[in-house]
Amino acid sequence: MSDTPDTTDAAPPGGRASAEVRAADDARADNETRAADDSRAAAAAGASTPQGGEPAPAGLGVLGWLRWGWRQLTSMRTALVLLFLVALGAVPGSILPQRGQAPERVADYFEQHKTLAPWLDRFSLFDVFAAPWFAAIYILLFVSLAGCVIPRAFQHYRAMRSRPPAAPRNLLRLPQSASYETDATPDEALAQARTLLRRRRFRVDAGETPGAGGWVAAEKGYLGETGNLVFHLALLALLFALGIGNAFGYRGSVLVTEGKAFANSLAQYDQFTPGRRFDSGDLAPFSFRLEDFTATYETKGERRGQATDYVAKLRYRETPDAPETRYDLRVNHPLNVGGAKVYLINHGYAPVFTVRDAKGNVAYQDAVPFLPMEQRTYTSEGVVKAPDAEPEQLAFYAILWPTAVSAKDGKQIVSAFPAALRPVVTITAFKGDIGLDSGTPQSVYRLEGIGKTLHPVKGGQKLLEPGQTFTLPDGSGSITFEGVREWASLSVNHDPGRLPALVAAILAVAGVAASLMVRRRRVWVRARAAGDGRTVVDVGGLTLGHPTSEFDDIVTALRGPRDAAGESGPGAPATAGSGGADASATEPKE
Amino acid sequence: MSSAELAELSDKLMLSTVVLYIVAMVAYAADLGFRRRPADAETGAEVEVETKTKTKAKVEVKVAAGVGGRGGADAAAVAVDDRAAAAAGSGAADADDASQRREVDWARLAVVLNVLGWGAHLGVLVTRAAAAGRWPWANMYEFLTAIAFAAVTAFLIVMWRSGARFLGAFVMLAAVVALGVANIWLYDSVGPVVPALNSYWIAIHVSAAIVATGAFTVAGAATVLYMLKSRREAKGGAAEGVWARIPATGTLDRLAFRVTTFAFPIWTTAIVMGAVWADEAWGRYWGWDPKEIWSFVTWIGYAAYLHARATAGWKGRRAAVLSLVAFAALLFNFFGVNYMFSGLHSYA
Repeated sequence: MSDTPDTTDAAPPGGRASAEVRAADDARADNETRAADDSRAAAAAGASTPQGGEPAPAGLGVLGWLRWGWRQLTSMRTALVLLFLVALGAVPGSILPQRGQAPERVADYFEQHKTLAPWLDRFSLFDVFAAPWFAAIYILLFVSLAGCVIPRAFQHYRAMRSRPPAAPRNLLRLPQSASYETDATPDEALAQARTLLRRRRFRVDAGETPGAGGWVAAEKGYLGETGNLVFHLALLALLFALGIGNAFGYRGSVLVTEGKAFANSLAQYDQFTPGRRFDSGDLAPFSFRLEDFTATYETKGERRGQATDYVAKLRYRETPDAPETRYDLRVNHPLNVGGAKVYLINHGYAPVFTVRDAKGNVAYQDAVPFLPMEQRTYTSEGVVKAPDAEPEQLAFYAILWPTAVSAKDGKQIVSAFPAALRPVVTITAFKGDIGLDSGTPQSVYRLEGIGKTLHPVKGGQKLLEPGQTFTLPDGSGSITFEGVREWASLSVNHDPGRLPALVAAILAVAGVAASLMVRRRRVWVRARAAGDGRTVVDVGGLTLGHPTSEFDDIVTALRGPRDAAGESGPGAPATAGSGGADASATEPKE
Repeated sequence: MSSAELAELSDKLMLSTVVLYIVAMVAYAADLGFRRRPADAETGAEVEVETKTKTKAKVEVKVAAGVGGRGGADAAAVAVDDRAAAAAGSGAADADDASQRREVDWARLAVVLNVLGWGAHLGVLVTRAAAAGRWPWANMYEFLTAIAFAAVTAFLIVMWRSGARFLGAFVMLAAVVALGVANIWLYDSVGPVVPALNSYWIAIHVSAAIVATGAFTVAGAATVLYMLKSRREAKGGAAEGVWARIPATGTLDRLAFRVTTFAFPIWTTAIVMGAVWADEAWGRYWGWDPKEIWSFVTWIGYAAYLHARATAGWKGRRAAVLSLVAFAALLFNFFGVNYMFSGLHSYA
């Protein structure tokens, strides 16, 4: 094409015209569009030298380079490379522990790989999905996608509003074609074709070529390209929905023991991850109490001890003055309250202890959440800290055996079942300085300074059943195992992008299905009078991708039953291009 | 029948399934290997397949006419479509009457055994479901068994619709290997599911994943054949021995593409439904769990394949390589992710 700058506005800026998404496009269509792209490129290059009116031979100029860069970015090859990079970039996220998912495992990794880990961290390999390089890849990919799809959407919109393209001069040169003679007049034949194609839901147009007779042009299958565009735009929308959720949402987790309550405020969370645009005023003022937690286990057979159901019975209020409502929180059945969702994530035991100091005063009395050491038996461990004990602070390390039985050797205890059927705790007592006064935060599940500030009590080990008290032999105090409660860990999650993401995802699925199943088909019919009073009808078909049997059906219907016996023009068999009805019938649409 | 009896029946049907598939595999292989065919079959196959575009068709017809004439074209129809064979059979039968009859026997035996095996396979799943009182894909053994079933089903559909019998030996091999792995390493007795899996979403999300994986397996088999065949064609020694009975690269490529275009939207659905379920069960719809990552990688891989196939310079072998990479990611997602990484999908 020429270098005339005025063609640029007709061409969309750097369309990845080569059927970007249109996976079903065949080579021919691909080449057509690519040729169009080349002409566009030439036009673009021409437009970059507006003053001179002639292209600069040495360089493209800044604008030219920008256009060139844009065309590179929106080219199919770049998109393929970016797709590949996204996939490749995601892989380390599955191999290395990620801070977003398992921060404790990242810490472990740092312990085990002292030299390697900091280097990996420098490349954000522990936060792959929040890494700048990962963001760079997917942002480029989505810009590339937008740069292709948006101009195509306008093109498609125009194509849908415009009339089907006029009939080419020689229909018999098209990939699918047929020719037959009929007794009807040319006008009748064309009218019949129009009716038939309309009935087949084609968009139909008609016209006349001087000297070659009248024609009918028909087109259908816009849904394919529509689906294709919807799919890609939905992916863009999905990315935005993810971004909205990340920016304005929040996620918190909290461990609640039976009988305790939770109100939705920052201070009550054990862990809280706000979005960048989150404001603490966004927290809905709901509250709930965990009445009861029940885990049900398989009691018989090979799978004895496998959990089959968890229920956390809640009483919640949407706002402080709203009435109290009951809800049975289960896995797969979150509670919707105040725009947030509450999920049941984990559970465990919280034995209740009363600690008395040397003077007999109660130094501590509460349920202490224990962490399960193994899932099969739910043997759990935890610590009791009584900093108020006098004269010396008391601390205990304890193991809970939910269903205690003696091991085969008769000496040790094991737990035979995860439910608390015969709970027993073994206690180890310590005294000294727990270390809470120093101000450094401590884990509530661990004792610190053992052997340094905290010393084991001599003979301070004991097995307790519920209700039993262990008086420390050195007279520094006592501990009573009052019983066992359960705790549930709950996740509270607010994600304003959830619904938009769902809508986008559904559109994407519908779009991709339509784009892979529906193809654009064009059919042209020409009729002209033959010398002997009969009429010659030429039919041509052009389908994106590989031809379908639809064309043969149309031709058969056009010829009607009386002509079906088939006299076709010399050298032009009835269904010249489609290889016979039998073969194409077994070839479903691609 | 009691639950235990049903479970036992399921295991016995599993054994029958494997035996039937093995014999069917041998029969398919015999069909490929021992069938005597005119030497020009290759070119003929081209005709059947390439008649899609007029120009190509003309070229191919000329070639076929030059080499083998009418007999060649008819034989090609045999290779591609059994029904076509029935119609066109007479022509080829003239050429080699006796071998033609034997060939039909091998093929029929293979298909009959395959369908019987498929029935037993269906029985495995149904009895397992009845024994457990739930959907029969809640652990790795059941999941792999269901995927093998989906792959065989997809193959039977493809064979019925486009006569791709040549894939039989390869799909049977894949099914036998999958069922072998399931029984030897992944076997699990009938039992209840963990609470997280106790949801109607298992019927939607996991079923979609199974159907897509089964179809991708058939597409993968066709793509592997495509790669082997196109390498041979590049070397110039295409139409000998078994290779003559495998259709031309164009057919294989198109078959793989068609099955992939069917499976890709289903895989997309599986991921989306998984996200919806994750939102119900885990409190987020996407959290880069290893399974999610590899589903995503697989999805990207197949998306790249679909794009590449429409791009000049990438179609053909490059696109096929992308398809195989995506299939490898799919397999890794199944085996690697469950056994190498710990994540929320580790139910096995």
